[in-house]
Amino acid sequence: MTAATPMADRVGHRPPGHYRWPGVLRSEWTKFTSVRSTTWSLLATVVLTIAIGILATAVEAQRWNQLSFVERLTFDPVRQSLTGILFSQLAIGVLGVLVVSAEYGTGTIRSTLAAVPNRPLVLGAKAAVFGVVALVVSEALSFAAFGIGQAILSGSTPTTSLSNPGALRAVVGAGLYLTLLGLFALGLAAIIRHTAGAISAFVGVLLVLPLIVQALPQSIIDDVGKFLPANIGVTMVGLRTPIGIDSFSPWAGLGLLALYAAAALVLGGWTMVRRDA
Amino acid sequence: MIEARGLTKRYGTTTAVDDLSFDVRPGQVTGFLGPNGSGKSTTMRMIMGLDRPDGGRATVNGLPYRQLPWPLHEVGALLEAKAIHPGRTAYRHLLYLAQANDIPRRRVDEVLALVGLENVAGKRAGKFSLGMGQRLGIAAALLGDPGVLLFDEPVNGLDPEGIRWVRTLLRHLAAEGRTVLVSSHLMSEMAITADHLVVIGRGRLIAETSVDEFIARSSGQYVRVRTPATEALTEALVRAGARVTTEADGALAVQAMAAADVGDLAGAAGIVLHELSPQAASLEEAFMELTRDSVEFGASADPAQPDGPAQSDGPGAPSPAGTGGAR
Repeated sequence: MTAATPMADRVGHRPPGHYRWPGVLRSEWTKFTSVRSTTWSLLATVVLTIAIGILATAVEAQRWNQLSFVERLTFDPVRQSLTGILFSQLAIGVLGVLVVSAEYGTGTIRSTLAAVPNRPLVLGAKAAVFGVVALVVSEALSFAAFGIGQAILSGSTPTTSLSNPGALRAVVGAGLYLTLLGLFALGLAAIIRHTAGAISAFVGVLLVLPLIVQALPQSIIDDVGKFLPANIGVTMVGLRTPIGIDSFSPWAGLGLLALYAAAALVLGGWTMVRRDA
Repeated sequence: MIEARGLTKRYGTTTAVDDLSFDVRPGQVTGFLGPNGSGKSTTMRMIMGLDRPDGGRATVNGLPYRQLPWPLHEVGALLEAKAIHPGRTAYRHLLYLAQANDIPRRRVDEVLALVGLENVAGKRAGKFSLGMGQRLGIAAALLGDPGVLLFDEPVNGLDPEGIRWVRTLLRHLAAEGRTVLVSSHLMSEMAITADHLVVIGRGRLIAETSVDEFIARSSGQYVRVRTPATEALTEALVRAGARVTTEADGALAVQAMAAADVGDLAGAAGIVLHELSPQAASLEEAFMELTRDSVEFGASADPAQPDGPAQSDGPGAPSPAGTGGAR
């Protein structure tokens, strides 16, 4: 209740130039690290990737002797250890969505845009902060899940190591896959703005779209199916593509996924500029 | 200095703000007055560059908001009390805003102390009362020590002490030479706080004037007369060009004639007067008078609401419907 603090001497004082991206990045970092949803989503990503990886490899090591010849022939120790990615991709997607949608849900977007009226800059800073964190966490998790998985499988099933270029590609690729999916979700949220709506759209693209494609005539399933993010993921995280799936090469698929993420972000930035906050 | 020129905003077929032009000058508190739903908040969002006008433009210190080099150093705004993430602490809320505009960290502590929230700086904003949330919003507005301040309904949800505090702060900020625009639908509040008024109704400008002038200019000024000879006096007054209506308790409300002239007229006609008193309308009444036609949902106003726009026969106000008036 000390309203009488003199402030007149500061009227009109401001730094030279214009607001810039280092400050905006710091601001977004503060926002990202100061809400509990960030902690929870990242924790879910960690637990799902590691726990399900342990479960999947332990089960496989247990029942190796009962597997058929064909099953043993097509066994992929890398894919098996990265099974958790299938689940943690949802957690990282939710975090990507929340980075943007929470601002619209709580109204803080108006505080944010009052400080930084350049909307593409705001979205870019969000994507940068989230992208770097997601990349570091995803890669660390991917390597950890691979290492733990090979240790569990070792002695029971064939295993591999990172000196195998295919394995290294799959492990690095799995981290990139998660990161790009998260950025795609972040872009979706900028377009849709509502948390529930954006998460639904993300889950729809990831899990529902493949079901719809399965209902298409057999002759075009492969042509359409290989464009699906989920199928790109399947190709990315294994030593080889499972038999019966026509797909892009892992790196081409990753490029396509990067294109999806970029398209969602550009469209999101464009709608932010066009629409009222 | 805020300048609005021909600001227009449409939502579908509804025109929320209609060709609105006004200036908000430094060194005084400008009240932005209008009934609920008259377009005040929309106008403020357009000034802040949050909503895009369909026509016209608004500038702050000569520039559209989106072109300001350091927005928070020039403009501070309290747009909605709850533009705060409930899971974030008060300190972090202010910190991220400060960082975006290169405002030093110590300024966060300063504004927290200024609004009296220094002891709850580490508390999540979701646990705040409405009043504390409002104080946090005001702290955010003051963060960059801006020369232009916008407050949208700042006393909403505040207790009497909080209201007094906001009032003092606004006057203090204006006295320092800052431009202060405060929206409110409460006339009584503006009568105390504001020097200048921008009055809108249904998105249109109704008046842009000083508070004193606003009251004086309104048709609310009249002379109350009591006499046993009601009919004779009414006849004499009307003949002399005054407008006469009868109030609920039988007193006459005389408009368009000064009290002295009414007295002279009665004297000349030999009519006895029991009361002869000039009445000045309150800002409230003047406002009701001006915005009567522009209240969006006037007829259905809650009768329990003391400042409801439907009350045209409040104590002291002459009934324009003329309950048994002259003629």
